[in-house]
Formats: sequence, C-alpha cells, structure tokens
Amino acid sequence: MAATIGVVVYPGTNCEHDAVLALESLGVRAELLFHDQRSFSGLDALVIAGGFAHGDYLRPGAIARFSPVMGAIEDFARRGGPVVGICNGFQVLCESGLLPGALQKNRGLRFLCQDSQLRVTSTSSVLTSQATVGELLSIPINHFSGSYTCDIDTLRILREQDRIVLRYVDNPNGSIDDIAGIANEMGNVVGLMPHPERASSALLGSVDGIVLLRSLITSAMATT
Amino acid sequence: MRYLAHVDVTLRPGIADPEGATIAKALPALGFDSVHAVRVGKRFSVELDAKDLHAAESLAASLADRLLANTVIEEAVIHITEA
Repeated sequence: MAATIGVVVYPGTNCEHDAVLALESLGVRAELLFHDQRSFSGLDALVIAGGFAHGDYLRPGAIARFSPVMGAIEDFARRGGPVVGICNGFQVLCESGLLPGALQKNRGLRFLCQDSQLRVTSTSSVLTSQATVGELLSIPINHFSGSYTCDIDTLRILREQDRIVLRYVDNPNGSIDDIAGIANEMGNVVGLMPHPERASSALLGSVDGIVLLRSLITSAMATT
Repeated sequence: MRYLAHVDVTLRPGIADPEGATIAKALPALGFDSVHAVRVGKRFSVELDAKDLHAAESLAASLADRLLANTVIEEAVIHITEA
C-alpha cells in the first residue's frame, strides 16, 4: 500500500506545493495538513515545509509553535512517526523543543539563496537512511536565519549520539560545527536548512535531494 | 490593577550577535571611536492586569519564557510599573 505524507502548512508557508510535487514524483501520496487542524489521521510521515510561518514575526517558528496542529504533530513524533522540518520547518521544530538548539541570523547578515554542498554524516535518521556516510549532495539553501547554534553540552550529545545528519562543506551561514541538519534521539524527527524538494528533478539543476526524500518515503512505508 | 511590563530580550552572553557586531564596526566610521562593543536586543511593552506587583512579575516572567524569549539563546529582563 502506498504511503501518504502530510505536508504541514502555516499562514506564510510557501514551499508546500514544491514538497508535494517532489514527493508525488517519487510515487508516494502527499496531502496538505493545515495549521488549524487539531488532529489528523491516515498519514505515515510529515514534512513541515519551508516559508515564513506567521511572517516569521517575533522569531522564525515562534508563533507557529503554538498552532492548533502542533499538539498532534508532537504526539505523532513521540509515537515514532517520521517528521522532517525543512528550512522554516527546522526552525519550527527547534522552537517547539522537538529538536534541541536554535537557528540564528546568518553570520554576515545576508539572506542566502544558493546551492550548498552537503556531506552526509549520519545515516541513522529517517531522512538519511538510504544515503551513505561521506556522500556529497548539492542542495539549495534559502534562508536568513539558518545559523544553527546550541550549548556545548548539547553539541557533545549530538556528536556522541550520531545525530548530526548533514554538514555543510563550506559553512555558508556560521552554523556551529558546520551543522546543516540534525535528528532527535530516536532519529525519527529531522530538521535541515537546505531544501531537498528543490533538488528533486534534473530540470531544477540537481537530483541530489531525492536520496533524502526516498529515505523519508521508506520510513513512511515502514509505518504503514 | 493594571501594570506595564517592559520585557527586554537580549542574546545570552557568549551567543554571537552579528547585528551588534556590524553596528559596532559602523560606529567608529561616524567618529564614535570609544565604542568597542554593541549587543542588540528587543523591548516588548506589555500591558497586563494582575492582583498585585508580585503576580504581575510572575505573569510577565512566564510569558517572557514561554514566548517572547527563546531561552536557548536569549534571556529576558523584566521591569514592571503600575500603568
């Protein structure tokens, strides 16, 4: 049976259709899940898409965190459901406490919209299970607040538990330890700043995001 | 009673502040040679009702921690006056 992946939409999210299109092109069902829904069913994985939820007012992700849908997302994540936050979605996951740390303004204060070279540094997550450690991926970034930061104890735990899943080759935004993406302890919740859905077709200039999306789809199928 | 809470949210010491660093670099160009550091923060003015000053303080501290500041990287200082 085909899996169904929910793509979460807040007011101001703008990458949801790209995410749906990329996932469906890989043969999975994808549907939008709106911020004001208190519950959902029939979804095997979630993608929190990029954009500017609630205008990024206060801090990126700070208001989205209190959306009605967040309780259901947290329950889903706690039960082991695969949840991936892309860009603004990563910021939402950090603000909500589903992932540790925070995303700050980029070093250099520039909005960065460019290809980024990434190295897969862990395959023990729902987003990287089908990739290979050391594999290089070219995937675009598009953010102003993408500089990952956390306290030194958290960083030590992330390293020890093999939870830093993607690192930048040429750290463009000042993230601590070149971090581009991290996972929670169970590996089922992942946040990353780069946009794999924008590297999912030769027409877009790169297909390197597919291995990440396929990993997520594999995890989604495993839960059905 | 109605109170006015000023909540000042700033980055924790040790957390990089690229905005502050940029401003600190610009000031000497304007002749402010004695400036050696700038940290940027935000001030929120929150009007609220509480039964006394103590209750107002604890309400303001709670909303600052839950929403106004991201305590991973920021801290909040609260000043309360009767409105």
